[in-house]
Amino acid sequence: MQRYSGFGLVKHAFGHHENWERQWRNPEPKKRYDVIIVGGGGHGLATAYYLAREFGVRNVAVIEKGWLGGGNTARNTTIVRSNYLWDEAGRLYNHSLDLWKGLSQDLNYNVMFSQRGVLNLGHTLQDMRDIQRRVNANRLNGIDSEVVTPQQIKEIEPELDISNRARYPIMGASWQKSAGVARHDAVAWGFARGADSHGVDLLQNTEVTGFKIRDGKVLGVHTNRGDIEAHTVGCVAAGNSGVLAKMAGIKLPLESHPLQALVSEPLKPILNTVTMSNHVHGYVSQSDKGDLVIGAGIDGYLGYGQRGSYPTIEHTLQAIVEMFPMFSRVRMNRQWGGIVDTCPDACPILSKTKVKGLYFNCGWGTGGFKATPGSGHVFAASLAKGEMHPIAAPFSIDRFHTGALIDEHGAAGVAH
Amino acid sequence: MFYIFCPYCKEHREEEEFHPRGQAHLLRPEDPENTSDEEWGDYLFFRDNPRGIHHEMWVHSVGCRKFFNITRNTVTYEILETYPMGEQPTITADSPEIRHEQGAQVADGGWQTVGARPENKALNEETSS
Ligand SMILES: Cc1cc2nc3c(=O)[nH]c(=O)nc-3n(C[C@H](O)[C@H](O)[C@H](O)COP(=O)(O)OP(=O)(O)OC[C@H]3O[C@@H](n4cnc5c(N)ncnc54)[C@H](O)[C@@H]3O)c2cc1C
Ligand SMILES: [Zn+2]
Repeated sequence: MQRYSGFGLVKHAFGHHENWERQWRNPEPKKRYDVIIVGGGGHGLATAYYLAREFGVRNVAVIEKGWLGGGNTARNTTIVRSNYLWDEAGRLYNHSLDLWKGLSQDLNYNVMFSQRGVLNLGHTLQDMRDIQRRVNANRLNGIDSEVVTPQQIKEIEPELDISNRARYPIMGASWQKSAGVARHDAVAWGFARGADSHGVDLLQNTEVTGFKIRDGKVLGVHTNRGDIEAHTVGCVAAGNSGVLAKMAGIKLPLESHPLQALVSEPLKPILNTVTMSNHVHGYVSQSDKGDLVIGAGIDGYLGYGQRGSYPTIEHTLQAIVEMFPMFSRVRMNRQWGGIVDTCPDACPILSKTKVKGLYFNCGWGTGGFKATPGSGHVFAASLAKGEMHPIAAPFSIDRFHTGALIDEHGAAGVAH
Repeated sequence: MFYIFCPYCKEHREEEEFHPRGQAHLLRPEDPENTSDEEWGDYLFFRDNPRGIHHEMWVHSVGCRKFFNITRNTVTYEILETYPMGEQPTITADSPEIRHEQGAQVADGGWQTVGARPENKALNEETSS
């Protein structure tokens, strides 16, 4: 792999930037691999990268039906934070946040991780109690988080309307300073390039159409390019996990819904941080290009249509204008949707299944981008050892039968 | 935007008047005392999540406030029929062809949809013009 550096940039300038090496190969599928990862989104690619780099499993394939990062990974609004309520979730997302901090160096790829902070607003007394409780829980878990007053909020994000004229006046917020945003495509590409350089085969335009299972053990997958064998298969297919599970005869407690995002025309720098509100239900940040990046809730009904419904856009923009009245004249440039797989307790599933060797990593719902490095890391550890990593273990499918749910609706309430 | 036929109001109304409430026809375990954790968990949390025909419960929340069921395609978003609680769907994943004979109608390439039970053909024709 050609390493990127300032010197390389200068050197390639002399060749008019025409001789850069391709970032990854486009290999033919082999007949067999040690591990197959289904799904070339951020999580699948991160899993393959850590498998090869940290756990020495190099005979790995990532099978992707479209192109790398073409799923939710490149459709999301890029918010990274770890202020979740429960210990299990706090550990998982904070493990991820720790990895984000060194990710650009680790991958030799600029993922543009920007720790500009996240405000979660409260508009009612109950909101404020929930915020207090979550901030306290965060601090006990070593996650930086504090409660801020409307005056402090005004200093952090001057354009927010903290007046009493608002329909739902802002009473306070939680503030995680170490949170922020990252460049989503770069995350997928950086992990892809890293995985490839450690020998992982990235098989694009290859769709898994079924599983080879004998005596309760997985032997490989069927694809539109022929059968490929492996005794360990990890499915990381976000909104399509239910469809894959059905092929393997497994039922998952998931429902797939469209979740949409919008970006505005580019503006001069106006927002310092990420502002989100569960109550009026919308969130916004400003990209490095200047566009406002806006999102909100899922469509309430099941759907596999990657655009989302019109009423949701209207609600979303109502919330944004409630928080930032000055944006009422800003024009929206583009809108799109992704398919998110939501879990009854708003937490992901990282788990073995009743089919030996077949694992699922799914159910991240509206908020899995922030977890990309952490999820990939603990899932890779689990696949390499055949035992779920301690951080992943509480997220087993069993919890829907034992009742040990991790109820994160409060911390995951708004789509992000 | 869906136009949904409420089987009680007997009119097509806009999506915004309604609220989706998840999968239809879920049966609560009959003998709770002798139901295993496995069965309870399945009943509470495990849902069908098909690409294709799905039966779901909706409520006409700012209309008559009654619950009813919809058979809908989760890929094309076509609403194939709506029917009152307690009734069974006439269109299922196993017999989707029925709809071509009796015809619920679709406007705007399958996105804007009108849905009524096939036998409400007259109503359908009236509103989709
Ligand atoms: C609009 C929107 C905004 C969001 N905002 C945020 C946010 O701000 N912060 C945050 O943390 N999270 C956010 N999320 C959630 C986040 O995007 C996801 O949780 C995360 O991207 C999931 O990553 P993944 O790698 O698991 O899935 P994906 O990136 O969707 O990758 C799954 C891949 O599997 C492939 N696949 C599926 N079926 C098959 C098959 N049969 N064979 C081969 N390949 C298959 C798909 O093509 C896809 O590329 C948002 C999501 C959306 C849609
Ligand atoms: Zn009604």
